[in-house]
Amino acid sequence: MQTHKAKRVEITIEAVMERRLTTALVTAGVTGFTVLPVLGGSGRSGQWSREGQVSRAGGMVSVVCIVRADKLDNLLDAAFSVVERHIGVVSVVDCEVLRAERF
Amino acid sequence: MDGIFALAVDNLLSPIILFFALGLLAAFARSDLTVPESVAKGMSLYLLFAIGFKGGASVAAHGIDATLLLSLLAGLILSFVLPFVAFTLLRVMTGLSVTDAAAVAAHYGSISIVTFVAATSVATSAGLNSEGYMVAVAAVMEAPAILSALWLIARYDSSGSGKMEAGLLQEILLNGSIVLLVGSFLIGVITGAEGLAKIAPFIVSPFQGVLCLFLLDMGLVAGRGLREARDVLRPGLFLFGMVMPLIGSMFGLGAGLLLGLSPGGVMLFMTLSASASYIAVPAAMRVALPEANPSIYLTLSLGVTFPFNLTLGIPIYLTIAQALTGA
Repeated sequence: MQTHKAKRVEITIEAVMERRLTTALVTAGVTGFTVLPVLGGSGRSGQWSREGQVSRAGGMVSVVCIVRADKLDNLLDAAFSVVERHIGVVSVVDCEVLRAERF
Repeated sequence: MDGIFALAVDNLLSPIILFFALGLLAAFARSDLTVPESVAKGMSLYLLFAIGFKGGASVAAHGIDATLLLSLLAGLILSFVLPFVAFTLLRVMTGLSVTDAAAVAAHYGSISIVTFVAATSVATSAGLNSEGYMVAVAAVMEAPAILSALWLIARYDSSGSGKMEAGLLQEILLNGSIVLLVGSFLIGVITGAEGLAKIAPFIVSPFQGVLCLFLLDMGLVAGRGLREARDVLRPGLFLFGMVMPLIGSMFGLGAGLLLGLSPGGVMLFMTLSASASYIAVPAAMRVALPEANPSIYLTLSLGVTFPFNLTLGIPIYLTIAQALTGA
């Protein structure tokens, strides 16, 4: 089956920043993304788990976007403007999609 | 002194405190006991709805007077002022940076609605009536402290951290808890005793049971938070978490007495001034002040001050309020 090259960007960020991030992505022309809850993890600040959180302040979400390579810089600029001062991870990997016109 | 001790023992042996202790112990023992997130959220909605509505119905029964407006104003001023007291104390007692101290201070100017709900329950059990509009005072005290903390940062920190970005204040003022609390309060004012009678089987009788289960969850959350963040709790910080509520409560006491509130109202004002936020303010601090360490302010407000207020603070505030108002 014919596949097309694309970029998969995963941004793990504090839940309180989710709306700001998705707004910035939409403004930058990113039309599709998926928001996933994060159950827990470990990082420079130590281990954490969603179980021990009483508010959204301690939670994290993962925002996944798949875009064409030519849209990547715009997306990263927009994401960086939001995540710069905050806890989080931004990663980019190559991927392939079936329907290129959707991205 | 004997009165405080007896009341503290009574309070410690009440179901709400024992369920909270059970949650704490289960968390320390690493039990897999959990309250599903959506159930906890549902219970918190129920408690806000019930406490807001009952407060509104009480205001409808007693009427609106100047003391209501003055109490709201006093709550607003206290929420602005208490962060400055907390900030000064933190700088003296702990080695916290300006950023961390300001973030912690914001929590102590704001309030914990669960502590307020528990204090209301204790006051009712002690036979003390309170002004129904204290619910509205609680809502008013939620946000101003955040502005004080950002002012402190602007004044004492030259790194430029701490920004009140557009939309944040609106987000804080319209957060779900405040909307439900104030909304239920207004519906209670509009529908009055008749409205309360219609839904009393839902919001009066089950209230204590739901509060017990909710505090079990809070115990679990506080215990797990303490377990994970015990390294940040240095002696000075730990002490601050217990001294600051007592100092804050004195401000509430002064306001309550000046306003001529009922014994229950004075006790609730003391509790509001003594409590520290762990829901609205942490979220605001993560947005406005991401450089501040969340494990410090969350562990202090939820792991130290909340249990302190629940177990010892509330009986102390109740005894002082009773003694000074002659109840």
